[in-house]
Amino acid sequence: MPTKLMNQDQQKQEQPTDALRGEMTRDVPTFVPRVDILEKDDEIVLFADLPGADKQNLDIHFEDRQLTIHGKVEPRHAEMNFIGGEYGIGDFYRTFAIGETIDVDKIFAEIKNGVLKLHLPKTGAAKPRKIAVTAG
Amino acid sequence: MITRWPLAEVQNEMSRLQSEMNRLLSREGNGIVSTVRSYPPMNLWEDGDSYLVEAEIPGMELDEIEIFVDGGDQLTVMGERKSPEIETGAWHRQERGFGNFKRTITLPSNVDSERVAGVLKNGVLTVFLPKPEAVKPRKIKVKAH
Repeated sequence: MPTKLMNQDQQKQEQPTDALRGEMTRDVPTFVPRVDILEKDDEIVLFADLPGADKQNLDIHFEDRQLTIHGKVEPRHAEMNFIGGEYGIGDFYRTFAIGETIDVDKIFAEIKNGVLKLHLPKTGAAKPRKIAVTAG
Repeated sequence: MITRWPLAEVQNEMSRLQSEMNRLLSREGNGIVSTVRSYPPMNLWEDGDSYLVEAEIPGMELDEIEIFVDGGDQLTVMGERKSPEIETGAWHRQERGFGNFKRTITLPSNVDSERVAGVLKNGVLTVFLPKPEAVKPRKIKVKAH
């Protein structure tokens, strides 16, 4: 069933209030990205959908077990007339508390086609260890 | 003793909470597990010469997406977003969606379907749809008598 994109009510242009603006460093709408988080034996892998973000405008911080992902996305097609639509364009921002002990120096991230894949390797101490049981 | 809440502070906190809720709810309809809404979400722009439809389709290549125009004004975008290779481990969150999608929208007027072009960059699909000469705005010359 074809749908029309003419409904102005569906337009999700965010108007940040003064209170919210006070928390942001940029005066743009901010959205929470969808993520998948997979915990493996030796690392935690996080996938995030960040359409419109690339490696130049992506900030990832890990400090005190707090992971922050901030993708900065600029408005698009400002020279044209916006007729209507179903999603807003703006920054992606999300923080996570990571319970595992992460080897911060070995964290690495790759982004392709707007999907971030972030590897958070566990430190030796956090890896599950097989305890050898000896027969007495 | 009567404690009075500073009204401005309460209102400020309320409006912060409200905007936080709006922020969380506005992007993906109903937060995390909404599967009902049409995929991909689309936005529409226009200028005198063409329409521009944009869709957020992260994680795909352009050759995996099919784009066509039927009946002059019906734009269809379809494809399959494949889930990443299965890795063993425990999933703590699975919010992203995968699978087949097909979306058809009606444009405000006919377009020149021969000259439709698509570009995919950073997971954002942009479809350029030129208007045929007949629907382009025309400058009307006003003659003085």
